[in-house]
Amino acid sequence: MTILQVEDLGITFGGLRAVDGVSFQVSLGEVFSIIGPNGAGKTTLFNLVTGIYRAGRGRIVLAGEDVTRVAPHLLVRRGMARTFQNLQIFFRMTALENVMVGNHLAERTSFLADLLSLPSVARQNVRTRARAMELLERVGLAHHADTTAGDLPYGVLKRLEIARALAADPKVLLLDEPAAGCNAVETEAIDRLIGQIARDGVAVVLIEHDMKLVMKISDRVLVLAHGRRLAEGPPRQVRSDPAVIAAYLGEHGAREADRAHG
Amino acid sequence: MLKRVLSSRLAVLVLLAAIIAVVPVLAPSSFYLRVAALVWIFALAALGLTILTGYAGQVSLGHAGFLGIGAYAVAVGPAKLGLDPLLSLLLGAVLCGLVAYAVGRPILRLKGYYLAIATLGFGLIVALVLTSESAVTGGPDGMQVPRMVLFGWRVSGVSTWYWITGGALLVGALLALNIQASPSGRALRALHDSEVAAAGVGVDVAKKKLAAFVLSAVFAGVAGSLLALMNGFITPDAAGFMHSIELVAMVIIGGLGSVVGAVVGAAFLVVLPQALTVLQEYEQAVLGLLIMVFMILLPAGIVPSLRRLLLERAA
Repeated sequence: MTILQVEDLGITFGGLRAVDGVSFQVSLGEVFSIIGPNGAGKTTLFNLVTGIYRAGRGRIVLAGEDVTRVAPHLLVRRGMARTFQNLQIFFRMTALENVMVGNHLAERTSFLADLLSLPSVARQNVRTRARAMELLERVGLAHHADTTAGDLPYGVLKRLEIARALAADPKVLLLDEPAAGCNAVETEAIDRLIGQIARDGVAVVLIEHDMKLVMKISDRVLVLAHGRRLAEGPPRQVRSDPAVIAAYLGEHGAREADRAHG
Repeated sequence: MLKRVLSSRLAVLVLLAAIIAVVPVLAPSSFYLRVAALVWIFALAALGLTILTGYAGQVSLGHAGFLGIGAYAVAVGPAKLGLDPLLSLLLGAVLCGLVAYAVGRPILRLKGYYLAIATLGFGLIVALVLTSESAVTGGPDGMQVPRMVLFGWRVSGVSTWYWITGGALLVGALLALNIQASPSGRALRALHDSEVAAAGVGVDVAKKKLAAFVLSAVFAGVAGSLLALMNGFITPDAAGFMHSIELVAMVIIGGLGSVVGAVVGAAFLVVLPQALTVLQEYEQAVLGLLIMVFMILLPAGIVPSLRRLLLERAA
């Protein structure tokens, strides 16, 4: 079932068409990857879809509703969560608290109730804490629960961001380079985690430079170049697409690759 | 274990209550009690900034403006409008909240230096109005604050005000600690580190910042009312720029985001100038030097730095 539908999306920065008429759709339980050379517009596309940038043209439909002009903090209410290319971790909070913030939407106490520490606040804290702990266990970070996030290594924080996003109970999860800067073991853990999330019925939209990972876990791949769609399809098909090879390796590289495939 | 004790709400409150209870026993004269009461008052105002700046990371260089509004509420209310002083205090707090709401909505969109300058402007405006509206406020010479009468009892005397201000500080500390450990507190601390990530998990960043700003203004307003009532006299100086800076300095020297830190910072900046008067003309220079030395040696602020040392020693 299609959950996210992007139609003819575009934005221009000072004359440069950073994203230029991109369309795609993603279904529940699917891993959909967006790849492309540096500067192709992948993160810009993410920022458009998550409402951080306002689209110059096009439409975003989430679960059947037009969300093109919806503010970021309201999009998550409709089931969209994300992680960030450059970590956006709450560094002064513990790992557990980071994930607890992810549960913010499910928290129903008012500012006044919080100020007076009404019994409902204590009950809410217990629920939020239990849910956050569960998610930390799921991403394999339970033993870091009480460590200040700022003291944790990069690879661990990448998984912590995923746990925080999952705490919002998303139907669509956008992961911006989750394996960047991770070693082989950490990449393996993220690989398994993404597979698991998709099997749980979440639509995963992935930006990733690690081609081995992309080819292994993606159901479909969208290739961007200069803000435009270059190719789209199953990994096997995309990988052998001459236009894709050219974009990655340049014309000369494409000829080399042709010769190699010979 | 030690970490849990150090961060428990009850431990902090018991510690503060113990300090408030012990000071009168040790104080050799009522002068010391008066200085201590001033510490509690400024600590209460600083606690407001602990919430705004410490938790949420939003700078205000104009909070003495709210101190001034609270102070003049208990002066003008009874003297010009015939209102009960306690009612005036409450109305002053409400007024601070409303003004903070109106001012905060447009300026809290600004970040960092820009927000600092905008709040600075707000503080200057309040001080200017208090100085120039002399028909109501008595102008630069200030005005008398009528004694508070509670149920027929005239509230006066240093030791009475000591206990009232100490009690107010405890209530303020309780509220600040409540917020810290709540969903709202987590949201504030989160947007301090990353607004985009906080919004990404559903935190209404603008609304939460505004709530913190309003609450911090109410804290400062109540502190201003208590200051005016205790002194029995108030001048526009209460809303002056120096006081705004002092409040910010208190939360930074004591330790940003730490409730005990706000009290320690207030003690630092209220008690030291008194203690240093023996140095006469060198007073200001030595005070400035001490602030520098403390910030160099304990860069995270007195309380968090000592806490870290203690935990490392215990580990």
